[in-house]
Amino acid sequence: MNYKKLTRDQLAARIAQDIPDGAYVNLGIGMPTLVANHLRADREVILQSENGLLGMGSAPSAGEEDFDLINAGKQPVTLLPGGSYFNSADSFAMMRAGHLDIAVLGAFQVAANGDLANWHTGGNDDIPAVGGAMDLAVGARQTWVMMELLTKAGESKLVERCTYPLTGVRCVSRIYTDLAVINVTPQGFRLAEAVAGLSLAELNSLSKLSIAP
Amino acid sequence: MIDKIFSSVAAALADVHDGATIMVGGFGGAGMPVALVDGLIAQGARHLTIIANNAGNGETGIAALLKAGRVKKVICSFPRQTDSQVFDALYRAGRVELELVPQGNLAERIRAAGSGIGGFFTRVGFGTRLADGKEVRKIDGEMYVYETPIHADFALVKAERGDRWGNLTYSKSARNFGPVMAMAAKVAVASVHEVVTLGVLDPESVITPGIFVQRVVRVERDGAAT
Repeated sequence: MNYKKLTRDQLAARIAQDIPDGAYVNLGIGMPTLVANHLRADREVILQSENGLLGMGSAPSAGEEDFDLINAGKQPVTLLPGGSYFNSADSFAMMRAGHLDIAVLGAFQVAANGDLANWHTGGNDDIPAVGGAMDLAVGARQTWVMMELLTKAGESKLVERCTYPLTGVRCVSRIYTDLAVINVTPQGFRLAEAVAGLSLAELNSLSKLSIAP
Repeated sequence: MIDKIFSSVAAALADVHDGATIMVGGFGGAGMPVALVDGLIAQGARHLTIIANNAGNGETGIAALLKAGRVKKVICSFPRQTDSQVFDALYRAGRVELELVPQGNLAERIRAAGSGIGGFFTRVGFGTRLADGKEVRKIDGEMYVYETPIHADFALVKAERGDRWGNLTYSKSARNFGPVMAMAAKVAVASVHEVVTLGVLDPESVITPGIFVQRVVRVERDGAAT
């Protein structure tokens, strides 16, 4: 094994590198929130938050928290000059009708046809919660996934067919993982880049897939 | 003369009946009308259907209402959270019914009810178990799912300032579901932190026009009713 997995921060920075100047972006709760810390200073990227913020800024300094001003993860945030507030129906109009350029979401599984599973493990004792995941998955112009390639048990989260309940069908265009960046094409998964030292053969062996070069 | 100002939370909620369907604004704690929900607990109505984004956080607000055993059913998008222990326990014990709705469908179904729209088709949820059994239609080559409006008997909304005509402004992201819920309920009850005289709210800045609001009650910022 001559390769090193990206840390979560390195992965977030890798994604931020692909977000173009002027993009309207929603970062899903959990790991994708980290991308906000790595947005490039030379690009103007506008973050949308499903609870009614456009132009979301960073966390406030200690003592400056305003609990009327929170993000989708319910943590205090700030609003940039030029930012705006709106109600939930308007917020989801932005999210559902292609007004957002990019949504970055976490995932349990992504299938070779772009199907996404990220809201429910399907377990009987598991209390389901969907939030805005289904809206974002099909409503943004591009849906990217940020996740570790393998589960803690070593199983690939990239799969031929999702076994967990779906969030959206054929909605993911690109997957950023700690080992490789992979595009979803009409022919299935295609490798965009792998971490240094990781061959496609090793990646296919880890994921038990035949990802195209 | 129109005067929608109520002197107390108790007076504003006096006629909530057993079995009522009640929308409650808020996203997590922001916009959660805690004083109104506390008033609902004190009022005593039972077998309620609660429509909200979350199913309670911690031990206050909707969580306290659930804990008091007043809720038959919750319609929401995101019940499971790190601090949703009250809902989690009731749900696992089979003591509360859950209808899970994608958040945008929740907002739009409420908006539809408030706008006289008999439902709508959306791509959201197509091919997922949350669309099981629902009518689908192909529109411009894409598959859409039919969603129905959600009406309510009452909406409990936390606003910032209001006047006797029911005009409301909100505070930052505490706005969230307030404006659409006020539209969709037979009786919208808004808590405000400040009651102002007519004309003080800039007409350009009124977020909820008074026609959508039936009752306004002032509460302290810490949530206590005055």
